[in-house]
Amino acid sequence: MGPTPYPGPVLQIDQATYDAIVAHAKRDHPVEACGMVAGPIGSDRPERLIEMVNAAGSPTFYEYDSTDLLHLYRDLDDRDEEPVVIYHSHSATEAYPSVTDINLAGEPGAHYVLVSTREHGNNEGPVEFRSYRIIDGVVTEEEVTVVGNNAAEESS
Amino acid sequence: MAIEVRIPTILRTYTGGEKAVNADGATLSALIDSLEANHPGIKDRLIEGTDLRRFVNIYINDEDVRFIGSLEAELSDGDQVVILPAVAGGAR
Repeated sequence: MGPTPYPGPVLQIDQATYDAIVAHAKRDHPVEACGMVAGPIGSDRPERLIEMVNAAGSPTFYEYDSTDLLHLYRDLDDRDEEPVVIYHSHSATEAYPSVTDINLAGEPGAHYVLVSTREHGNNEGPVEFRSYRIIDGVVTEEEVTVVGNNAAEESS
Repeated sequence: MAIEVRIPTILRTYTGGEKAVNADGATLSALIDSLEANHPGIKDRLIEGTDLRRFVNIYINDEDVRFIGSLEAELSDGDQVVILPAVAGGAR
Protein backbone atom coordinates (compact mmCIF):
# COMPACT_ATOMS: atom_id res chain seq x y z
CA MET A 1 0.00 0.00 0.00
CA GLY A 2 1.26 3.45 -0.86
CA PRO A 3 1.38 6.26 1.63
CA THR A 4 -1.96 7.74 2.57
CA PRO A 5 -2.06 11.49 2.00
CA TYR A 6 -2.57 13.50 5.16
CA PRO A 7 -6.33 13.94 5.30
CA GLY A 8 -6.37 17.23 7.18
CA PRO A 9 -8.22 17.77 10.40
CA VAL A 10 -11.36 15.72 10.65
CA LEU A 11 -13.85 14.68 13.28
CA GLN A 12 -14.98 11.09 12.83
CA ILE A 13 -18.15 10.36 14.77
CA ASP A 14 -20.62 7.50 14.64
CA GLN A 15 -24.17 7.99 13.43
CA ALA A 16 -25.82 7.14 16.77
CA THR A 17 -23.76 9.72 18.68
CA TYR A 18 -24.32 12.32 15.96
CA ASP A 19 -28.07 11.71 16.08
CA ALA A 20 -28.12 11.90 19.88
CA ILE A 21 -26.36 15.28 19.88
CA VAL A 22 -28.83 16.64 17.30
CA ALA A 23 -31.77 15.25 19.29
CA HIS A 24 -30.45 16.88 22.48
CA ALA A 25 -30.09 20.24 20.72
CA LYS A 26 -33.62 20.05 19.31
CA ARG A 27 -35.13 18.96 22.63
CA ASP A 28 -33.56 21.83 24.58
CA HIS A 29 -34.20 24.51 21.95
CA PRO A 30 -34.44 27.51 22.46
CA VAL A 31 -32.12 26.97 25.44
CA GLU A 32 -28.58 26.08 24.43
CA ALA A 33 -27.88 22.36 24.88
CA CYS A 34 -24.42 21.27 25.98
CA GLY A 35 -22.47 18.10 26.59
CA MET A 36 -19.40 16.04 25.91
CA VAL A 37 -18.38 12.88 24.14
CA ALA A 38 -15.55 11.16 25.96
CA GLY A 39 -13.13 8.62 24.55
CA PRO A 40 -10.03 6.67 25.60
CA ILE A 41 -7.03 8.95 26.16
CA GLY A 42 -5.08 9.47 22.94
CA SER A 43 -7.64 7.62 20.79
CA ASP A 44 -9.46 10.63 19.28
CA ARG A 45 -12.54 8.38 19.27
CA PRO A 46 -15.74 9.99 20.61
CA GLU A 47 -17.39 6.99 22.28
CA ARG A 48 -19.33 7.93 25.40
CA LEU A 49 -21.92 10.68 25.16
CA ILE A 50 -22.63 12.66 28.31
CA GLU A 51 -25.48 15.15 28.13
CA MET A 52 -24.83 17.98 30.57
CA VAL A 53 -27.29 20.35 32.18
CA ASN A 54 -26.90 23.93 31.00
CA ALA A 55 -26.66 25.60 34.42
CA ALA A 56 -27.19 28.98 32.76
CA GLY A 57 -30.51 27.78 31.27
CA SER A 58 -30.12 30.44 28.62
CA PRO A 59 -30.78 30.75 24.88
CA THR A 60 -27.48 32.61 24.48
CA PHE A 61 -25.13 31.06 27.03
CA TYR A 62 -24.17 27.68 28.43
CA GLU A 63 -22.12 26.55 31.37
CA TYR A 64 -21.74 23.16 33.01
CA ASP A 65 -22.78 23.21 36.67
CA SER A 66 -19.59 23.35 38.76
CA THR A 67 -20.41 20.23 40.79
CA ASP A 68 -21.36 18.29 37.65
CA LEU A 69 -18.10 19.44 36.09
CA LEU A 70 -16.04 18.00 38.94
CA HIS A 71 -17.90 14.68 38.82
CA LEU A 72 -17.51 14.53 35.06
CA TYR A 73 -13.74 15.02 35.18
CA ARG A 74 -13.37 12.56 38.04
CA ASP A 75 -15.25 9.97 35.95
CA LEU A 76 -13.01 10.67 32.97
CA ASP A 77 -9.96 10.12 35.19
CA ASP A 78 -11.32 6.87 36.60
CA ARG A 79 -12.05 5.55 33.10
CA ASP A 80 -8.79 6.76 31.50
CA GLU A 81 -10.83 8.95 29.19
CA GLU A 82 -10.54 12.50 27.96
CA PRO A 83 -12.95 14.98 26.35
CA VAL A 84 -12.92 14.18 22.62
CA VAL A 85 -15.94 16.29 21.65
CA ILE A 86 -17.33 19.27 23.56
CA TYR A 87 -20.62 20.29 22.00
CA HIS A 88 -23.23 22.96 22.41
CA SER A 89 -26.01 24.49 20.36
CA HIS A 90 -26.71 27.97 19.12
CA SER A 91 -30.45 28.44 18.88
CA ALA A 92 -30.65 31.70 16.92
CA THR A 93 -27.27 32.06 15.21
CA GLU A 94 -25.02 30.02 12.95
CA ALA A 95 -22.99 27.03 14.10
CA TYR A 96 -19.78 29.01 14.36
CA PRO A 97 -17.83 29.76 17.57
CA SER A 98 -18.69 33.13 19.08
CA VAL A 99 -16.08 35.36 20.70
CA THR A 100 -17.27 33.95 24.04
CA ASP A 101 -16.81 30.39 22.78
CA ILE A 102 -13.29 31.20 21.65
CA ASN A 103 -12.28 33.01 24.84
CA LEU A 104 -13.60 30.24 27.08
CA ALA A 105 -12.38 27.23 25.13
CA GLY A 106 -10.35 25.37 27.74
CA GLU A 107 -9.62 22.02 26.12
CA PRO A 108 -7.02 22.41 23.36
CA GLY A 109 -7.22 18.70 22.53
CA ALA A 110 -10.98 18.59 21.97
CA HIS A 111 -13.16 18.92 18.90
CA TYR A 112 -15.62 21.74 19.56
CA VAL A 113 -18.91 20.82 17.90
CA LEU A 114 -21.59 23.43 17.30
CA VAL A 115 -25.13 22.63 16.27
CA SER A 116 -27.47 25.38 15.14
CA THR A 117 -31.18 24.83 15.71
CA ARG A 118 -32.12 28.27 14.37
CA GLU A 119 -33.92 26.92 11.32
CA HIS A 120 -36.23 24.19 12.65
CA GLY A 121 -36.11 24.64 16.42
CA ASN A 122 -37.72 21.69 18.21
CA ASN A 123 -39.04 20.24 14.97
CA GLU A 124 -37.82 17.70 12.48
CA GLY A 125 -35.48 18.97 9.82
CA PRO A 126 -31.80 19.37 9.10
CA VAL A 127 -29.46 21.26 11.40
CA GLU A 128 -26.04 22.76 10.90
CA PHE A 129 -23.50 20.44 12.58
CA ARG A 130 -19.94 21.75 12.40
CA SER A 131 -16.69 21.01 14.20
CA TYR A 132 -13.68 23.14 15.13
CA ARG A 133 -10.37 23.12 16.90
CA ILE A 134 -9.99 26.13 19.18
CA ILE A 135 -6.40 26.59 20.32
CA ASP A 136 -4.97 29.80 21.80
CA GLY A 137 -7.80 31.82 20.32
CA VAL A 138 -7.38 30.38 16.82
CA VAL A 139 -10.39 28.63 15.27
CA THR A 140 -9.85 25.96 12.63
CA GLU A 141 -12.90 24.33 11.10
CA GLU A 142 -12.58 20.64 10.32
CA GLU A 143 -14.47 18.12 8.25
CA VAL A 144 -17.09 15.97 9.98
CA THR A 145 -17.25 12.35 8.84
CA VAL A 146 -20.22 10.35 10.10
CA VAL A 147 -19.63 6.63 10.12
CA GLY A 148 -22.16 3.82 10.50
CA ASN A 149 -22.45 1.90 13.73
CA ASN A 150 -20.56 -1.38 13.85
CA ALA A 151 -23.78 -3.31 14.28
CA ALA A 152 -25.32 -1.60 11.27
CA GLU A 153 -22.27 -2.34 9.13
CA GLU A 154 -22.34 -6.01 10.02
CA SER A 155 -26.00 -6.37 9.12
CA SER A 156 -25.68 -4.58 5.77
CA MET B 1 2.65 20.87 54.79
CA ALA B 2 1.83 19.43 51.40
CA ILE B 3 -1.35 19.83 49.44
CA GLU B 4 -1.84 18.07 46.13
CA VAL B 5 -3.13 20.34 43.38
CA ARG B 6 -4.59 18.76 40.24
CA ILE B 7 -3.72 20.80 37.18
CA PRO B 8 -5.99 20.85 34.09
CA THR B 9 -4.55 20.17 30.63
CA ILE B 10 -4.64 23.82 29.58
CA LEU B 11 -2.46 24.91 32.54
CA ARG B 12 0.10 22.10 32.29
CA THR B 13 2.33 24.34 30.20
CA TYR B 14 3.16 25.98 33.55
CA THR B 15 3.92 22.71 35.34
CA GLY B 16 6.15 21.06 32.76
CA GLY B 17 3.30 18.76 31.77
CA GLU B 18 2.66 17.54 35.32
CA LYS B 19 -0.97 16.60 36.07
CA ALA B 20 -0.56 17.23 39.80
CA VAL B 21 1.89 19.27 41.81
CA ASN B 22 2.42 19.91 45.50
CA ALA B 23 1.97 23.32 47.03
CA ASP B 24 1.30 24.72 50.47
CA GLY B 25 -0.60 27.47 52.19
CA ALA B 26 -3.11 27.95 54.98
CA THR B 27 -5.57 29.60 52.61
CA LEU B 28 -6.31 29.24 48.91
CA SER B 29 -4.73 32.64 48.35
CA ALA B 30 -1.48 31.50 49.99
CA LEU B 31 -1.61 28.23 48.08
CA ILE B 32 -1.83 30.08 44.77
CA ASP B 33 1.17 32.22 45.77
CA SER B 34 3.06 29.02 46.51
CA LEU B 35 2.08 27.64 43.09
CA GLU B 36 3.21 30.85 41.45
CA ALA B 37 6.63 30.64 43.14
CA ASN B 38 7.31 27.30 41.46
CA HIS B 39 5.29 27.79 38.27
CA PRO B 40 5.53 31.46 37.29
CA GLY B 41 2.59 32.77 35.31
CA ILE B 42 -0.01 30.36 36.64
CA LYS B 43 -1.44 32.87 39.16
CA ASP B 44 -2.57 35.22 36.42
CA ARG B 45 -4.58 32.37 34.88
CA LEU B 46 -6.43 31.84 38.17
CA ILE B 47 -6.87 35.31 39.59
CA GLU B 48 -8.10 38.54 38.09
CA GLY B 49 -7.57 41.60 40.27
CA THR B 50 -8.31 40.41 43.78
CA ASP B 51 -10.73 37.62 42.95
CA LEU B 52 -10.86 34.20 41.40
CA ARG B 53 -11.42 34.34 37.65
CA ARG B 54 -15.08 33.87 36.80
CA PHE B 55 -14.48 30.89 34.51
CA VAL B 56 -12.01 28.99 36.66
CA ASN B 57 -13.35 26.48 39.15
CA ILE B 58 -11.31 25.40 42.15
CA TYR B 59 -12.39 22.68 44.54
CA ILE B 60 -11.07 21.81 47.99
CA ASN B 61 -11.95 18.23 48.91
CA ASP B 62 -14.71 18.30 46.27
CA GLU B 63 -16.24 21.58 47.47
CA ASP B 64 -16.39 24.49 45.06
CA VAL B 65 -14.35 27.17 46.86
CA ARG B 66 -16.94 29.81 45.96
CA PHE B 67 -19.15 28.27 48.65
CA ILE B 68 -16.42 28.14 51.31
CA GLY B 69 -14.80 31.55 51.24
CA SER B 70 -13.25 31.69 47.78
CA LEU B 71 -9.63 32.89 48.05
CA GLU B 72 -9.95 32.96 51.86
CA ALA B 73 -10.96 29.28 52.00
CA GLU B 74 -8.87 27.47 54.58
CA LEU B 75 -6.58 24.56 53.84
CA SER B 76 -5.01 21.82 55.96
CA ASP B 77 -2.29 19.30 55.36
CA GLY B 78 -3.50 16.49 53.13
CA ASP B 79 -6.32 18.46 51.50
CA GLN B 80 -6.91 17.86 47.82
CA VAL B 81 -7.27 20.79 45.47
CA VAL B 82 -8.61 20.44 41.93
CA ILE B 83 -8.51 23.21 39.32
CA LEU B 84 -10.85 22.95 36.32
CA PRO B 85 -11.60 25.51 33.65
CA ALA B 86 -15.33 26.09 33.27
CA VAL B 87 -16.87 24.47 30.22
CA ALA B 88 -18.91 27.40 29.00
CA GLY B 89 -19.66 29.59 26.03
CA GLY B 90 -22.60 30.49 23.88
CA ALA B 91 -23.89 32.75 21.18
CA ARG B 92 -23.98 35.83 23.42
